[in-house]
Amino acid sequence: MPDPVADLRIVGFLCNWCSYGGADTAGVARLAQPTDLRIVRVPCSGRIDPLFIAKAFYGGADGVLVSGCHPRDCHYSEGNYHARRRLELFLRLLPALGIDPGRFLYTWVSASEGQRWQRVVADFTARIHALGPMPRLRETDLAAAACHPVAPGEGA
Amino acid sequence: MRLGVFVCHCGSNIAATVDCAAVAEAARAMPDVAFAADSIYTCSEPGQEAIVAAVAEHGLDGVVVASCSPRMHERTFRRTVARAGLNPYMFEMANIREHVSWVGRDKERNTAKATDLVRMAVEKLRRNRPLTPREFPATRRVLVIGGGVAGIQAALDCADGGLEVVLVERTASIGGKMAQLDKTFPTVDCSSCVLGPRMVDVAQHPDITLYAYSEVAAVSGWVGNFEVSIRRKATYVDWNKCTGCGECIKKCPAKDAPDPFNAGLAPARAINIPFPQAIPKKAVINAAHCKQLTTGKCGVCAKVCPSGAIDYAMTDTTVTEKVGAVIVATGYELFDPTVYGQYGGGRYPDVITSMQYERMLSASGPTGGHVVRPSDGREPQSVVFIQCVGSRDRHIGRPYCSGFCCMYTAKQAILTRDHVPGAQTYVFYMDIRSPGKGYDEFIRRAMEEYGVRYVRGRVSRIFPKGDRLVVRGADTLMAAQVQVEADLVVLAVGAEHAPGAQELAATLRVSIDEHGFFLEGHPKLKPVETNTAGVYLAGACQGPKDIPASVSQASAAAAKVLGLFARGTLASDPQVALVDPRRCVGCLKCLKTCPFGAIREEQGRDGAVRALVVETVCQGCGVCCVTCPQGAVQLQHFTDDQILAEVEALCRTPLPTCG
Repeated sequence: MPDPVADLRIVGFLCNWCSYGGADTAGVARLAQPTDLRIVRVPCSGRIDPLFIAKAFYGGADGVLVSGCHPRDCHYSEGNYHARRRLELFLRLLPALGIDPGRFLYTWVSASEGQRWQRVVADFTARIHALGPMPRLRETDLAAAACHPVAPGEGA
Repeated sequence: MRLGVFVCHCGSNIAATVDCAAVAEAARAMPDVAFAADSIYTCSEPGQEAIVAAVAEHGLDGVVVASCSPRMHERTFRRTVARAGLNPYMFEMANIREHVSWVGRDKERNTAKATDLVRMAVEKLRRNRPLTPREFPATRRVLVIGGGVAGIQAALDCADGGLEVVLVERTASIGGKMAQLDKTFPTVDCSSCVLGPRMVDVAQHPDITLYAYSEVAAVSGWVGNFEVSIRRKATYVDWNKCTGCGECIKKCPAKDAPDPFNAGLAPARAINIPFPQAIPKKAVINAAHCKQLTTGKCGVCAKVCPSGAIDYAMTDTTVTEKVGAVIVATGYELFDPTVYGQYGGGRYPDVITSMQYERMLSASGPTGGHVVRPSDGREPQSVVFIQCVGSRDRHIGRPYCSGFCCMYTAKQAILTRDHVPGAQTYVFYMDIRSPGKGYDEFIRRAMEEYGVRYVRGRVSRIFPKGDRLVVRGADTLMAAQVQVEADLVVLAVGAEHAPGAQELAATLRVSIDEHGFFLEGHPKLKPVETNTAGVYLAGACQGPKDIPASVSQASAAAAKVLGLFARGTLASDPQVALVDPRRCVGCLKCLKTCPFGAIREEQGRDGAVRALVVETVCQGCGVCCVTCPQGAVQLQHFTDDQILAEVEALCRTPLPTCG
């Protein structure tokens, strides 16, 4: 679908308990933010499969933001520890997937941290705008990249 | 599938910066959308009725409401669609208020963003499945861990509410810290006169089973159906026979056992009843100090016991109880002031802790209520209190305020004047924190009526001078160094987590905070719940609390438990993980990662091992789904397909598919 306005595509995966609440808090406090980010609500950052992020990038997302509860604060005791391990590893895999790691950020925002959420959104959006739109992958490469592991230097 | 979309104006909250009519118009073109409308207040009665009417009129299978946060009104609208005859889970919400209209200023961009969010919700809803909560029976019994004032209150409230209560207390008597206190602030009324009758109520209540001198060893099961194994420690006295007459204590030759009730101010006998008002009032032998048990050469208590209750061969036993809910009321521990070497606690006999002083003030204490110097038994004429010993000091890992020390120090300073007329009292403080009802007035009385001299500043050092002590510190209001000669120094020690809190938290699968206190479900809206369903918190185990706060929280926890059981059966949240047995290869990685122990190993009819989710234990975090290499575990309502459908709705290009 063509963009009616010049927003870039930033997909945010947020846990229901802390960061989604933090985004709500920012909204209730009317803390202005850029409009590029769209939020996918998940129960826990531990629910986020790195595959979701890869698929978002291959689908044309210009940036992906993941946010969950601060370590120790997880509603499910330890979901965010699982998330942290997976995402830290995933961050290192991004270059191999042909994706600039600068387009990905994972962070922790609690339900009370509306201002922090505003800053995270503003900073990350500014960073994605500096990087510009995600280079489009050719259709054939897209299918290949998503279905088979891509060696560094290949693909895009 | 026929879906309906309702775009809410929320008055001008959304409509001012989002073109709601345009969003509804765009929604009409989305797949499966059979009806779309915008309304001024969707959550109002006419707004909800419009949804019910549209479901009937257009034969809708699911509803999307684009309005405020689902954290606000998801439940409201689920009830609405249920009223319209749909499954409540055939509903999705797009948050176009908190996440769009309130944070974006550009109407065109906001409208585009709102349309995207509606498209996501529609794509997710197209993949929703009706879900049904499962009803399961609950054991209408509650376990209360800890018999301090919070545990006592929680147990009595639950029992009076018609529940059977199992109360487990680690020490030989209930009563906790409050039983050790002489008076309570700000009323200066007698602690045991308030607590004593409540303790008796516990003992006499037909629905309370009290296990004193016992510990919770293991907990299995889930909300409504916990199984608890309780270790009853060997007392070496048959409590069925013991009458609490105390003959054995009088004759026991081992006189050097510690006496935790008197805070180490005086030794106790090896066989002892903790205090005169103890519940149960039964003797316990301290095995480490009993001559019969250590050397085999005594047996005096067995000879003098008129009821033949002594049993040197007794061992620990374990009992199992089934309960439906757990209230944790394990309280706190007082800070050990020997950490501050400069104060000389533990080195100088006339530097004592606030609890030792409290026992000294008590008529039932080791000095019979006389305030004396431990070194020479002389009445002190100058008493210095030092506050924040183990509070608000990040250098020793206690950055938090213990909350009650300011108040008990004022109380003890006031009582000092009553016990030793003419004595001069000083309080070194950092800030006075007295926010409770009647608290600030109480501090003022200490200063104005009782002439307690408050010095704002930290004490740097205490050292002996002759048979007195010199307290050297700063007076930050005078900007000067000060020095006070004292006969007795009382360290107002702060609170820290109870010993064993971490182990108990692991047993109960609940979290503790960075300071070792139990973590509440939500600091504002779930202060007595934990993240584990059916486990509640009462009193200072959740953080330092005074008596009124502990009692309030205990009653709140009891109310939560009574509410939990009010319907007879419990309903499980159906948004839980589900294993596809055809795809599960039995690697059991999910079992290892599940934070709640909600996944069980199960052997199928074909003999193969598979994972099985216990619906009522699963909390729906989805950690297992990502762990499963086969994609065999899916979190219902948040499946891979559903989340990826939302992602795809946001993407420029369709996601590539494999094969």
